[in-house]
Amino acid sequence: MAVGSRVLEAAGLARPGRLARLREWWEQEHVFGYGLILPALLLIVCLVAYPFGMSVYFSLSDYWVGSPGRFVGLGNFRNIIGNEIFQRTVYNSFVFTSIAVAFKTVLGIWLAMLLFRNFRFKRLIRGAVLLPWVIPTALSTLAWWWMFDSLYSVVNWTAIHLGIMSPPGPNWLGMTNYAMTAVIAVNVWRGLPFFAIIVLAGLVSIPREYYEAAQVDGAGSWGRFRHVTLPLLRPVLAVVILFSTIFTFADFNIVRVLTRGGPVNTTHLFATLAYQVGLDGGNLGQGAAISLFLFPMLAAIVFVQLRYIRRE
Amino acid sequence: MDVGVRSKGARIRSAAFGYANVIPFLCFALFPFYYMVITSLKNDAELYDLKAVPFLIQTGVITDHYRYLLAKTEFLTWMKNSLIISVIATSVSLVISILAGYSLARLRFRGVNSFGTAVFITYLVPPTLLFLPLSQVVVWLGISDTIWALVVTYPTFLVPFSTWLLMGYFRTIPKEVEECALVDGASRMQTLIRVVLPMAVPGIVCAALFGFTLTWNEFTYALTFISQSANKTAVVGVTADLIRGDIYYWGSLMAGAVLASVPIVAVYVFFLDYYVSGLTAGAVKG
Repeated sequence: MAVGSRVLEAAGLARPGRLARLREWWEQEHVFGYGLILPALLLIVCLVAYPFGMSVYFSLSDYWVGSPGRFVGLGNFRNIIGNEIFQRTVYNSFVFTSIAVAFKTVLGIWLAMLLFRNFRFKRLIRGAVLLPWVIPTALSTLAWWWMFDSLYSVVNWTAIHLGIMSPPGPNWLGMTNYAMTAVIAVNVWRGLPFFAIIVLAGLVSIPREYYEAAQVDGAGSWGRFRHVTLPLLRPVLAVVILFSTIFTFADFNIVRVLTRGGPVNTTHLFATLAYQVGLDGGNLGQGAAISLFLFPMLAAIVFVQLRYIRRE
Repeated sequence: MDVGVRSKGARIRSAAFGYANVIPFLCFALFPFYYMVITSLKNDAELYDLKAVPFLIQTGVITDHYRYLLAKTEFLTWMKNSLIISVIATSVSLVISILAGYSLARLRFRGVNSFGTAVFITYLVPPTLLFLPLSQVVVWLGISDTIWALVVTYPTFLVPFSTWLLMGYFRTIPKEVEECALVDGASRMQTLIRVVLPMAVPGIVCAALFGFTLTWNEFTYALTFISQSANKTAVVGVTADLIRGDIYYWGSLMAGAVLASVPIVAVYVFFLDYYVSGLTAGAVKG
């Protein structure tokens, strides 16, 4: 081989040979495959995996903005878990996520079944329904903030004039349970289109014959829904619910804009508390530790997704 | 589910039932936008009059809030920043995702499935898990408090998403087409660019639209990494910088929310069907 290449060199063929060999190397399926994936891989390693590692490191140190800290072991976690505000945040997160996802699921199925019917202006209606999902959440939440204003709330105005509420009505964002209700309502408002559109896609894929067969067997509309629609929607529903659970659990925008975690920390979620402690307060170590509590939920859902759903 | 032949009366009843149920959903979905627009066009006296009907404009439509926004605030700078960030971050991410998506969907090499899983996991990582360490990474890179902090970090959620979306599209292209090109002597790169990409245009448009929407709407990173008003994005600028003290300028605040949503709404109205198909493909093919 060595002799061969020297002979070629002597014959003045070395350059094109090397280039051709490089090309041949690059044309191999695995080389080309690794080559194409390299930029994405670098990005994930440098800007996702590495920061995640840093986050773990921060959480184990007393790192403040501008001053690299010492290693403190599990000190941050011990402080956090003993902290009342944090305990409240854990509670809030579960209340917020479970109620919001439940509403989005039920209303999403209902809305999808409505959109499945034949309407005039079908496309227009679907477009309108999806709008809350498309508009920047922070901006639409501003509108909700104004709708829940302590003095000029249009929600209260309407309810009072319909005789449902006695004036002046609740101060939505200033009272504990009302604030949580408001935050959940906005989350449902913004997440419902996502559910409805995906469940609709699931409905479209159910063969009509199944319904006909069920009707022949004497199933009413509830029976058809219960025994045909729901079982066949199960895979789609599982995916949407898992997706939505992660992103509801990790929500930041709505709470940050609407209540900033108030009143008295009763609407804080992990992300907003981490922001408040880590950036407003400058305690990056503790902030990182708080945001890491999102990780077990994420890991559990990724596990379920990979284990059960992608197989189907 | 309408099955079989039914009488005219039943059909009308069914249609009435449908509309009666869809209308509340439509009101729920659209009312905040309606209220946003109404508020931005109302004068302050009526806005803060407890006796006025909040749903209507009774004392005349005014454009003062918009004029204030354009003349007295940095709103146009924010819009420009958002546009630059969205366009660059989306384009860069699209190129990276096309390469990775094609590789993962089409080529066979050791570890391809693990890479696919890694992309999928990254896709599920919420930005709120990483904003604290990333805020330090952008400081070390020397791009903190500039629009480049966002241009560099936005691909972290765009690339996994678009790669995932495009993998689905690439899989639908018949493999024979590629094989023909390769047999005819085209290199792999030529095959990808001249044969596969033209067939994947709908998927690429879809990924570009979602990229633009996600970057334009992004809030967490934009709020965290940038504090200088002149470098803010439209969404953060309106949300954070138009509020001064305890008095909220609801008129101009809502005007800002309306104007900053306009680019997204314009794109959305034009490409509605792509949004629906992308949403479905991105989630359901997972």
